[in-house]
Amino acid sequence: MKVEQISIFLENRPGSLEHATRVLEEANINIRTLTVAETADFGILRLIVNDVEKANAVLKENGFRVNKTAVVAVEVPDRPGGLHSIMKVLGAEGINVEYLYAFVEKSGENAVIIFRFDNPEKAIEVLLANKFTVVPGAKLYEF
Amino acid sequence: MFYNEEFETLPREALQALQIKRLQQVLQRVYHTVGHYKKSLDAVGVKPSDIKSLSDLHKLPFITRQDLQNNYPFGLFAVPMSSVVRLHASAGTSGRSTVFGYTKRDVETWSELMARSLVAAGIGKNDVIHNAFGYGLFTTGLGLHFGAEKIGASVIPMSGGNSKRQIMILQDFGPTVICCTPSYALHLAEQGSALGVDMKTLKLRVGIFGAEPCSQQMCDEIEKIYGITALNFYGLSEVMGPGIGMECLEGRNGMHIFEDHFLVETIDPQTGEVLPEGAEGELVFTTLTKEAFPLIRYRSGDISRLITEPCRCGRSHIKIERVIKRSDDMLTIRGVNVFPAQVEAILTDIEGLEPHYQIIVDKSGPLDSLELQVEVSEKTFSESGSVKELQTIERRIIKDMKDYLGVSARVKLVEPNTLQHTPGQAAKVIDKRHI
Repeated sequence: MKVEQISIFLENRPGSLEHATRVLEEANINIRTLTVAETADFGILRLIVNDVEKANAVLKENGFRVNKTAVVAVEVPDRPGGLHSIMKVLGAEGINVEYLYAFVEKSGENAVIIFRFDNPEKAIEVLLANKFTVVPGAKLYEF
Repeated sequence: MFYNEEFETLPREALQALQIKRLQQVLQRVYHTVGHYKKSLDAVGVKPSDIKSLSDLHKLPFITRQDLQNNYPFGLFAVPMSSVVRLHASAGTSGRSTVFGYTKRDVETWSELMARSLVAAGIGKNDVIHNAFGYGLFTTGLGLHFGAEKIGASVIPMSGGNSKRQIMILQDFGPTVICCTPSYALHLAEQGSALGVDMKTLKLRVGIFGAEPCSQQMCDEIEKIYGITALNFYGLSEVMGPGIGMECLEGRNGMHIFEDHFLVETIDPQTGEVLPEGAEGELVFTTLTKEAFPLIRYRSGDISRLITEPCRCGRSHIKIERVIKRSDDMLTIRGVNVFPAQVEAILTDIEGLEPHYQIIVDKSGPLDSLELQVEVSEKTFSESGSVKELQTIERRIIKDMKDYLGVSARVKLVEPNTLQHTPGQAAKVIDKRHI
């Protein structure tokens, strides 16, 4: 049920993000969603892409430091309280969220929230038990 | 003004007679007590008794910083530890640092030479000395302190840092002498100016500067801002500490080496050939009276030239020019000596880091700044790919640089292949300072 996210180490300077997106474009990789974590000197670009293995390979070939991280994608209705309904359950179960980001599905009805948990297995168990829709990787890459 | 007029003004002929006598004694002693010297003299087939005059000095092999490190920590001590009353050490991780020992008599000699240095700067018992050199394993703080007490001056053992407090004490205690690195003097003046203190209104009249290269321009600037006389000393922890050489108030061109205790030569750093007096070369020191840690022909790495013209102060001892250049890749950061190899050792000791790095030295205001750019390795990023973990690595590097080398560094993690991968240390350092 987990989703693989690609993380890329980038220096905080003009052109470094452009280099990464150029490599992905040339390899015909489509980005589903992304987020950047930044510090004063460096950032980590986190991506959900349509082809994880290929993205990983071409980025490495081009000298990037890349890693794959397991994240969890949860689908919620795109309306007030959507995210809160998940957070309520996670809070009650004492599950810590390292970071999250989101995108709205093409249909416009649902939002998909990408979570990074310390313990993804336990989080998935809790989410499923509470009738949330956990989106499997294969489905997410094809969105 | 002299502290020990007899020895400081000894006619050259008598001085040289004293030097050869002392050299022969120290050679006999190290040959029989320190394994390194027996081995190195035997290797070139020279016996201590072969050294009959000072012109035979060149027959003796050099000792290098590498030899010092190879004998870490006490391998070069010429006396048992029971005779050692003090230990000092240079920066560096285990095996890359150097330890210096002093007997009771060594400390007395050192204090006397420091006392001579202060008196040569016109300082006496009525002076109050603000000593902002670091106390501790580094030799400068304590070395100066003992000399200052020997002449009966009042010492404020301030040590470095806490600039606001330094300025408060400069105002409230009214010291007449300040001792620190020249860049720290400029930094204090900046801090003072921010607090609305005009340094010229302080009671200071003399500044004793050292532990880092000081250009004439820097000295002039300090003299102007503080309204004081700025004088330089020469020190080298391996050889003793501060008090090896001192600029005199009367001459003010070069630092007198106290030749009754040290021999100084200049050599070609490439060939090791002794250069004629006055030619620029690497300074080589031999200690004539040290008991615990004598050094025979120690290659200092400092580039300078010998000034043999008589000085108007009346000292018969020769002078060296201020040291601005090095024959090796040693960096002086805020008075602390650092080698790129020591930085590399710190990085390789941190698991998973590739030692692809670059050191960028610059000035932030008058003070030195050191930025360490480190490439993120594949291993590091695949195992520690979060912001939190990468920042933990950054903090670890900063802490180890401070703990082992005594240097505050800024660490910047960079993408692979952004740094030059040229072999050799020099390419790993970009020094943007203009001294």
